[in-house]
Amino acid sequence: MIKALIKRQTSRDENPPPALQGRGWVAEVDGDHATITLSGDWIARISGLEADAVPRILSTGAHTIAFEGSGLGQWDSALIAFLSSLRDAARTGGIALDEEGLPASARRLLALASGTIPPATRAKGKSLLVRTGLRGLGFTAEAAEVAALVGAACLRGGAAIRGRSLMRGTDLLSCMRDAGAAALPIVTVVNVLVGGILAFVGAVQLRRFGADIYVASLVGIAVVREMAALMTAIIMSGRSGGAYAATIATMQGSEEIDALRAVGIPLFDYLVLPRILALTGMMPILYLYGCAVGIFGGFVVAVATLNLSPMSFIEETRSAISGSQFGLGLAKSLTFGGLIAIAGCRVGLRAGRSAADVGQAATTAVVASIVGVIVLDAIFAICANALGI
Amino acid sequence: MNTPSLGSKLDVEGLSIGFGEVIVQHDLSFKIETGSIFAIMGGSGCGKSSLLKAMIGLLRPSAGVIHVGTEDYWAASDERRAEIGQGFGVLFQSGALWSSMTVAENVALPMRMLTTLDDASIIALVRIKLFLVGLGAAGNVMPADLSGGMRKRAGLARALALDPKILFFDEPSAGLDPIAAKRLDDLIRELRDGFGTTVVMVSHELPSLFDICDDGIFLDAATKTAIAHGAPRKLRDECDNPTVHAFMNRERPPDDRNGGGDDHDIR
Repeated sequence: MIKALIKRQTSRDENPPPALQGRGWVAEVDGDHATITLSGDWIARISGLEADAVPRILSTGAHTIAFEGSGLGQWDSALIAFLSSLRDAARTGGIALDEEGLPASARRLLALASGTIPPATRAKGKSLLVRTGLRGLGFTAEAAEVAALVGAACLRGGAAIRGRSLMRGTDLLSCMRDAGAAALPIVTVVNVLVGGILAFVGAVQLRRFGADIYVASLVGIAVVREMAALMTAIIMSGRSGGAYAATIATMQGSEEIDALRAVGIPLFDYLVLPRILALTGMMPILYLYGCAVGIFGGFVVAVATLNLSPMSFIEETRSAISGSQFGLGLAKSLTFGGLIAIAGCRVGLRAGRSAADVGQAATTAVVASIVGVIVLDAIFAICANALGI
Repeated sequence: MNTPSLGSKLDVEGLSIGFGEVIVQHDLSFKIETGSIFAIMGGSGCGKSSLLKAMIGLLRPSAGVIHVGTEDYWAASDERRAEIGQGFGVLFQSGALWSSMTVAENVALPMRMLTTLDDASIIALVRIKLFLVGLGAAGNVMPADLSGGMRKRAGLARALALDPKILFFDEPSAGLDPIAAKRLDDLIRELRDGFGTTVVMVSHELPSLFDICDDGIFLDAATKTAIAHGAPRKLRDECDNPTVHAFMNRERPPDDRNGGGDDHDIR
């Protein structure tokens, strides 16, 4: 075959080019007429497609092409793909194609596969300035929508508390169970361990000064001011925030949200409000519970490892933590609860309709909640410092 | 290269399907010849889709044998069954397109995962398959943006991805308008005539049954077995079983009193 090609190149001008061949086809050129003889099996998944077959056939310069298909073995879409790309190329090159020699079934499929691709309309790339501007506008719009959602949550939440809302009690109760009792085991484990870790860390330093007793105040203050609220919020971001986003995004995909809209059931009252109220209501309770078990964790570690009696630990803890510190923690946990619920619902309502969008929504909700919680916590810390709490 | 020999003929013998203790259908025996369009008919809830699931490897039958070509499908090892399954193309009721990929990627995925074809070949084959189903221009569209009819066509293009020997359709024309349903029927027939594919379809759309099917089986929900065999047209004109006659002529069976459609199941 290589010889044939070399020969073809050297003798192109004087003689008609000799037979050109590829996988399963031979093209015989006679003047400006080419006959393509097809033979053997054309099975796509075994032989694939020959990329350069069509350009090679067209390079013969033939003006009419005919086929001879009686030697064909088994064939599938590989043959149709070859014939159709040859036909498309011939059409643009003004070459006549005589399909007479092809098997009847192949001709039918070829007719079925006809159709022109519309010219690709590729969206023009936008300039950096335009993209930045659009991004900025999108950001403002998003911020406005979130603000509207927070506002709506306050207004509708107020109405719900006064009993003037379409929200169903059963929805609220089931959301409260999910965000409350069902979360107790993991809240317990995490807070006990965090309390214990704080006691260990404190013990390492304070023992050097013989100040073992201050481990109790360290654990107490750290747990009540920061850790119980923060750790509980992070747990709830993953547990409830992600679940809210995934549930609502799935409802979006299965047209359940559309059905609610069509029936005229207010989405906010039915889906969003029970979740926000439940999580905002449950977070302070979880926080208080987290404080108790966190201090218990510190107590166990301190009493077991330090020269400290249980009574003195309890006394020191009581004197170290004050009402205002609990107030700070409660305020934080309320805010965190609202933030997590709003972020979860908002992301879910905005989600697309595909399976991947549900995963994306859950990820976004969890990441946004955790980052938001930590940022808010920092703001709380600055405010508390300024107010001298 | 090793080529898995895949049969294009189905031979079902004494098949029983069910879920645990509940038997949905029992003692089903029929043959599906290469290149025929075979209909699985019957009222709602009679077990048509369960039978289809048993044939495509999603539900192990409780008794009986399914021969694909000459091989016993359910006696084969899991790997071999998956290999035989590569000779099947399945169009699910609502298309079941993978929603995170474009239509073209949906069609390309089976080829990318299960064959050693190079990229250029895959792109050309995807293109030809989309053209065959009339979606040549919709390759870069996401499934969510397609209409119901286009989604079925895209699902069909994906079912054709590996050039199957047997195509299974679950309610192909359900949810389509009459024109789109007729177009899909014609397409199924064209593809059968072109590629010589065997087609098995679950359907209770009478017009399309009469139009394209050359053979079939009628499953009865009350007796839980097949009560008629033959082409839908023949069953309409010749079968004297009252249930089949009523079904094929869109009438109420003689003993139907309360007008319920699925009352066979509730007992």
